[in-house]
Amino acid sequence: MPVSKLVGARIKRREDPRLIRGLGHYVDDINLPNTLHVAILRSPHAHARIKAIRVEEALKCDGVVAVITGSDIQEQIGPVPVASQNPTLRVPKHPVLTVDKVRFVGEGVAAVVAEDRYTARDALDLIQADYEPLPVVSDPEKALEPGSPVIHPEWPDNVAFRWALKQGNLAKAFKEAYKVVKQRLVHQRLAPIALEPRGVLARYLPGEKELTLWSSTQIPHILKTQLSLMLRLPENRLRVIAPEVGGGFGSKLNVYAEEALLGYLAIRLGRPVKWIEGRRENIQATIHGRGQIGEVEVAVRKDGTILGLQYKVVADIGVYHQLLTPGIPPLTGLMLSGCYRIPAIGIEVVGVFTNRMATDAYRGAGRPEATYVMERMMDRLAQELGIDPVKIRQKNFPKPKEFPFKTATGLVYDSGNYQAALRKALKLVGYEKWRSEQKRLREERRYLGIGLSTYVEICGMGPSAAMPAGGWESGTVRMEPTGKVTVLTGASPHGQGQETSFAQIVADELGVDLDDITVIHGDTAVVPSGIGTFGSRATAVGGTAVFQSAEKVKEKAREIAAHLLEADPEDLVFSDGKFSVKGVPKKGITIQQIALEAHVAKNLPKKMEPGLSATSVFEPSNFTFPFGTHICVVEVDPKSGGIEIKKYVAVDDCGKVINPLLVDGQVQGGIAQGLGQALYEEVVYDENGQILSGSLMDYAVPKAGDLPRFELARTETPTPVNPLGVKGVGEAGTIGSTPAVVNAVVDALTPFGATHIDMPLKAEKIWRLCQGKKAARAGGGR
Amino acid sequence: MGPKKRVSIRINGVNYLHEVEPRLLLIHYLRDVVGLTGSHIGCETSVCGACTVMLDGAAVKSCTVLAVQADGAEVLTIEGLAQGEDLHPLQEGFWECHGLQCGYCTPGMILSAYQLLLRRPDPTEEEIRRAVDGNLCRCTGYQHIVDAVQYAARKMKK
Ligand code: FES
Ligand code: FES
Repeated sequence: MPVSKLVGARIKRREDPRLIRGLGHYVDDINLPNTLHVAILRSPHAHARIKAIRVEEALKCDGVVAVITGSDIQEQIGPVPVASQNPTLRVPKHPVLTVDKVRFVGEGVAAVVAEDRYTARDALDLIQADYEPLPVVSDPEKALEPGSPVIHPEWPDNVAFRWALKQGNLAKAFKEAYKVVKQRLVHQRLAPIALEPRGVLARYLPGEKELTLWSSTQIPHILKTQLSLMLRLPENRLRVIAPEVGGGFGSKLNVYAEEALLGYLAIRLGRPVKWIEGRRENIQATIHGRGQIGEVEVAVRKDGTILGLQYKVVADIGVYHQLLTPGIPPLTGLMLSGCYRIPAIGIEVVGVFTNRMATDAYRGAGRPEATYVMERMMDRLAQELGIDPVKIRQKNFPKPKEFPFKTATGLVYDSGNYQAALRKALKLVGYEKWRSEQKRLREERRYLGIGLSTYVEICGMGPSAAMPAGGWESGTVRMEPTGKVTVLTGASPHGQGQETSFAQIVADELGVDLDDITVIHGDTAVVPSGIGTFGSRATAVGGTAVFQSAEKVKEKAREIAAHLLEADPEDLVFSDGKFSVKGVPKKGITIQQIALEAHVAKNLPKKMEPGLSATSVFEPSNFTFPFGTHICVVEVDPKSGGIEIKKYVAVDDCGKVINPLLVDGQVQGGIAQGLGQALYEEVVYDENGQILSGSLMDYAVPKAGDLPRFELARTETPTPVNPLGVKGVGEAGTIGSTPAVVNAVVDALTPFGATHIDMPLKAEKIWRLCQGKKAARAGGGR
Repeated sequence: MGPKKRVSIRINGVNYLHEVEPRLLLIHYLRDVVGLTGSHIGCETSVCGACTVMLDGAAVKSCTVLAVQADGAEVLTIEGLAQGEDLHPLQEGFWECHGLQCGYCTPGMILSAYQLLLRRPDPTEEEIRRAVDGNLCRCTGYQHIVDAVQYAARKMKK
């Protein structure tokens, strides 16, 4: 890129003025005349046969327009889709509303359509559904046991898929090891809890034969394609709009039953229909994340060199696959090497059907699990071998000159300098000081712990070969006749701030004012094509597409300028939005003047098409691999089990930074979510498949008072994968933070013999662990 | 469904008179009847704070107040915090300090902070965190929100 003024600058967001005034439009803020409201009857059972559903009473209710059950629509709406290339995948038919059986708590059974939302909800109570409960399979490990109840009769073993990878000589590694350290690690189920629940508004215009669907989604274009298949509508009669989206974190990177149902109802009833998810529904019927139980074994030399790693994981899938469900555990497998040189790796994944909601992509999507496994194990190894956790990490890092670095799992890490990020973090936190403080406080029976996490993650999803539905992104830059710039991006954001960062990229390239640029996204009728915002890909892939279009616009403008100035294009210089002839700075023409010329088209170079716009589709050649070091210092109170975070330092390297303010925001929010997993959050199902953490009163999203201030710093190692050098940062905080927190707590409790504690680290668990050990310590003395 | 009840509520300085169902929640009244959609719904159970508005000078979760309970009262929503292109110092602070990402929690968050600054014009970080403890934000990790409130407090002191 040329010298930039805006790229790299802390620029406040251009989307904010409407949002801080309450003038943004999320789905539920859009009101169409004559709209009907939909409420969904959901299963109270985890597994039951539906003996009868009686809807007459509900239909009699004043204001109820229709009541729909699964059998009414099974011929009309195709199944909810899953995208996967796994040949072992078993795909149960996933109906929009179930017909014969319910298979998880929250599964849709019937829908009421009424004149207003209160009436719709009232009428739900008047539907009589008789169930005959069936045996429930809630625990994924038990689901694999012979004799376990069966969810889908066609697959009595409850196996959803298998996936394995083996590279290097594992047998040799484990034979030659000085030590083999084993650990069982549970990655609990999490609920993404975007603060805006899902919501859909659908309108059908019978004259135009056009269905428009507003949905709180991360992927409007993919949703459009999938809906056209589910509803059997021509795709060019379908328009999907993702208006303001109140957070996603992967939970809206999906195609949901309700989206198709609302489309269908709008067509059938000839009136707009709206469905807004309640929070209870959200916890029951929006995808969950994580849900892996892993057994890991690491073979290591006496000096801490890792020789090999074996990971067996049981992945809790739920009843049905959602869009990317089977793709998540393999992502864990691919990233298991972490930021280390591991010559031999073996991974075996078994995906298991359980009577629960589907798991799928939640912020990090498979990578937090991988980082957690490796970073927990680095600390376990350090503990077993009596090596400092810093030293053992350094020992196994590839050196900066070894990049591009190929892992045993077959990935090629684009660029990296893991040592530098670690060094910076150690310095920032004051590592040695905390270690001596830890020693000192232990004398006073106070328990300080220092936890490290040196992570690498996989971002910038593409390339297409590795993605189920394309890994490219589109970007259009159009100069209007008046000189204003319209940017269209397929990377539909939901809080990331692309209206600002993408404008920065274009402003620099075209030398125009930031305020003269508008970035449009999320409307399939306006943005020609797209994939979406997820996998920390928006800037690396979508930003690059926009950048390339801006370059094309500039090149065309240069030709027009040369024509008008009667100069050779090579002899023109471009600065501050103006082309001028080398050496004659006075004689020039602005890009705005050129835009007008391009549109009036009276004096253009021969054969040049009028207009001044360009569209690019960027397909990256590889993923990007951001990395960093997070360090957390905690004090644990063995008497109460309470954990106090005393310091949190994060050094992240996401390549080039477009807007440091936005990057800080992404990292802070990411850490909060990773910390939430470590300390508080868990979707708890009991053995009957009932959700015990079914509302925000029991599902513990971190609050302001729960979190410390995070100290952030960066190193900058650009990626060669895209011309901007950016890697992506949306998930780094979540991936890096969880193991840092858990490592810190385990470190604090080493005097109590702690080697591992499963998340979330609730006070009760900590307290029990310390209680149990008290007697031994009193006997042994200290 | 009982008979409708007449409510008269002053919202952002404007008087509104409506007939409502007694069970209608204030948040639904504001959003669906009056058309002020700046206040959001994130849980309907008094936990998330997205629906926070000022009711007679106190921040309340409007998903847990009935519209009839607000009869005769004065309500301030995010739309009424500043006029036209002007911004309240809190709004300015959220903008300057990147105190929002998806923006869904923001109106409620700002009104809780508004109450705090009425009561304590010079709050500590801890007081700010405690004041917004009933407002969940899933995007920001709260740090920039704390910065935003501090920014506003400084600005309002001047
Ligand atoms: S919607 Fe009122 S507190 Fe959540
Ligand atoms: S900005 Fe998204 S929930 Fe707060």
